[in-house]
Amino acid sequence: MMRLRDTHATITIALVIGIAVLIAFLDIGTAPNAPVHVPDFVVSLVGKYLCYAMLALAVDLVWGYAGILTLGHAAFFALGGYAMGMYLMREIGARGVYANPILPDFMVFIGWKTLPWYWYGFNHLWLALIMVALVPGVLAFVFGFLTFRSRVSGVYLSIITQALTYALMLAFFRNDMGFGGNNGMTDFKDIAGFPIDARSTEVGLMLLSALVLAAEFLLARWIVRSRFGKVLVAVRDAESRTRFLGYRPESYKLFVFVLSAVMAGIGGALYVPQVGIINPSEFSPGNSIEAVIWVALGGRGTLSGAILGAVLVNYAKTWLTSALPGLWLFALGGLFIFVTLFLPRGIVGTIAAWFDRRRRPEARAQILAKEPSAEPEAVP
Amino acid sequence: MPRQVAEDLIGTVMPRTRGGERLRWLAGLLLVPGFILMFAFGQPARAADTSDPFAGLASPNFETIQNTVTALAASANPRARIVIAALADNRLFTWRWPRPDNGLFIKEQNGSFVDARTGKPIATPPFPVIRAVIVNDMVRSAISAAQGMLDLFSHSVAVRRQAAEALFEAADPDSLPLITRALAHETAPGVRALLTEAEAAARLKSPATPVAEQLAAIRLIGARDDLASRSMLASLSGASPPVAAAAAAAVKHIDRVLALWNILETVYYGLSLGSVLLLAAAGLAITFGVMGVINMAHGEIVMVGAYTTLVVQQLVAAFFPAIADWSLLLAIPAAFVVAGILGIIIEQTLIRFLYGRPLETLLATWGLSLILQQAVRSLFGPTNVDVTSPTWMSGAVQLGGLTLTLNRLWIIAFTAAVVGLLMLAFRVTRLGLAMRAVTQNRRMAAAMGIRTPIVDALTFGLGCGIAGIAGVALSQIDNVSPNLGQNYIIDSFMVVVFGGVGNLWGAVVAALILGIVNMVLEPVSGAVVAKIAVLVLLILFIQRRPRGLFPVKGRAVEA
Repeated sequence: MMRLRDTHATITIALVIGIAVLIAFLDIGTAPNAPVHVPDFVVSLVGKYLCYAMLALAVDLVWGYAGILTLGHAAFFALGGYAMGMYLMREIGARGVYANPILPDFMVFIGWKTLPWYWYGFNHLWLALIMVALVPGVLAFVFGFLTFRSRVSGVYLSIITQALTYALMLAFFRNDMGFGGNNGMTDFKDIAGFPIDARSTEVGLMLLSALVLAAEFLLARWIVRSRFGKVLVAVRDAESRTRFLGYRPESYKLFVFVLSAVMAGIGGALYVPQVGIINPSEFSPGNSIEAVIWVALGGRGTLSGAILGAVLVNYAKTWLTSALPGLWLFALGGLFIFVTLFLPRGIVGTIAAWFDRRRRPEARAQILAKEPSAEPEAVP
Repeated sequence: MPRQVAEDLIGTVMPRTRGGERLRWLAGLLLVPGFILMFAFGQPARAADTSDPFAGLASPNFETIQNTVTALAASANPRARIVIAALADNRLFTWRWPRPDNGLFIKEQNGSFVDARTGKPIATPPFPVIRAVIVNDMVRSAISAAQGMLDLFSHSVAVRRQAAEALFEAADPDSLPLITRALAHETAPGVRALLTEAEAAARLKSPATPVAEQLAAIRLIGARDDLASRSMLASLSGASPPVAAAAAAAVKHIDRVLALWNILETVYYGLSLGSVLLLAAAGLAITFGVMGVINMAHGEIVMVGAYTTLVVQQLVAAFFPAIADWSLLLAIPAAFVVAGILGIIIEQTLIRFLYGRPLETLLATWGLSLILQQAVRSLFGPTNVDVTSPTWMSGAVQLGGLTLTLNRLWIIAFTAAVVGLLMLAFRVTRLGLAMRAVTQNRRMAAAMGIRTPIVDALTFGLGCGIAGIAGVALSQIDNVSPNLGQNYIIDSFMVVVFGGVGNLWGAVVAALILGIVNMVLEPVSGAVVAKIAVLVLLILFIQRRPRGLFPVKGRAVEA
């Protein structure tokens, strides 16, 4: 049963919302020349980090608690982003370069005369929002249903998730898919009637992202601390044993995989209006693996660690790619190696273990047993 | 020489200025009568009889010129070739005002003139009395046709072969005498066969040919089994019933043969793509398949092999330019050693600490791949580098209806050699034995005195060395850039997973199947869709057979 008082969750949510509100206040509420003023671009940047944190949270849910190392989660993120991008494209209306009220510019450019059927209804925000959840969810359901039922696990699963996102990337690069091909979608004008470049819209989107992230975190936290979550951890640590106890591991995995895909899709949907572009490179396998390292750095199986890792790594990326562009890949590569070799529990995991050990030495054994084991089920 | 004196005189009196040309022309006009006399004495007058095959070229009428060119081509006149070539280059001259001898002169490269009919040098005729024989498009096409025919008598077999092929495709009954004459001279058997076919084609088009001969011609042409003969026979549908029926049957036969060649070609391309995949995956089949190490930096090891090729090539070109064309052979051991040592270093400093934790290995080696990519980018620059192909790898071999490009052929052979040697190494060498023992039962192998850590390091080094060799081959067919490895990593994993982990034969079969399936799908759906389809098929396949095509059976699987 879950406790009503949850210090860990309270701190995380307070930090996420607190920082978001603070940034918003420092942007709008202070004079541009004040020393504490935060420029507009930082607001979008923070919004972007928050969206990445949603992706990281989704990865942590499946990797940290169900033992599914997915190397294709950015695909769900990108699909959510594309659903939102389609709505934003339709919102442009006749303000595009070709001034076609129905067709987005890129379709006019490749000579299409009518809107393809799968673009119908995307002029409504509500439909786009449904699609943001539905498309990644359905894909995850179909993929997960087939995969978990045939008990593909471990490394094989990782490799085919990677193949999935790779195949999607190749597909979205094609012009005749009707999603803008190489260039993707950009030049958005407004969202739900608000001009997309306005400061108020940017701040609003950033605050919305913080709220959604907090909500996703609470949901994930609730799930992992429920009875369901306990079974999930059992599946992670000993799938066969759990199956012999009468549970159906594939159903548990499928549920959490679909939920996680939807969470990632929502993150992508909030990401697109804040960065102003979506293109097929979001599907590239490298992005998905990067999301995994955010989680690994923050702490696998801690949820709050996923948020911390995503923000830290992306902040470092923003800073390093502008300060020392040649060094970024060295740093990221080194981070992968460092974390796997020397920080297997991640930042939050290490701190939590340290606190617990100090507070309750007698509970040490128990804590260690709760740690995500390195490799739950033997993989040949 | 009075003519030259006159020419000089005109040149002195009227300097070459803009308006000078016209004045010089007028001056020439005044001198004409004298020159007529001079020429009349200088050369015997030639009667403009109809037996002169060149006479028509002197005509101002384009049609006459055209007919003359065509007739010349069909004639066996030994000068025809030279005269027509001169005509094509605007070097053929005739009298400005027709004369009975229909004089024709060719201006040589050095400016001197020869008589077109005899080839004997003549005194340079003054420009006002002669003009270049001009041509229009009709004449030009006649000239190119004529040159094609005249090529039949060229000294080069290749030129004769081409000309015979052109004659076959033209299938012109009028060229029959020409073909007969060419056949009489021809000695090369290949060209003779072509000429016989051309003769048959020309006969077929002639309405005068008896039906029996037409049928024989159809048999002869039908035996060529190519597109040219197919279209020729297909055009006979309007002929007399027995001929049309025979032609239709022959077309059907050709279609079957062409379909067969088509299949063979797809198989060849599939084999070639498959061997590239196999080469890229062979190293992974050892590190992942045999050792169970997920090496995401595998693609970057391949890239290191490709860059080693570049360095070896530049070193050889700088120090031993004489053997520059063979530097690729030196690059193979060099890449093996460089990549192998790199692999051993990676194993000792990274992989060794992560045995039994495949997912962590995956993440750490991915990080390593980023570092290697960036390192190569800093050392060699981010753009494609130029690895040249040796001359012995360019060109193609014609095999029936198949054109086999040599570089693909070399890669297929090279892959077969590498994989064959690898299998042999596993079977017969002591290290191979140790590797198999450690794979099958690590503890038992250790108990038998095998030093498993060393075997692990060497196995990983071997896998990386093979990846380096793959880099040498890939440098010949793909762009060498820091991103080279990324393009192959997913394909390589697919090959290994599809074939069944721990199984080299599985990788071979998987790579060839994937290559061929890709090539079969490509013409139907386009390259990208074919690739997507292959990936989706693979994902579905793994659902059915999670352990690949040839799973390793026994206790190892359950461990």
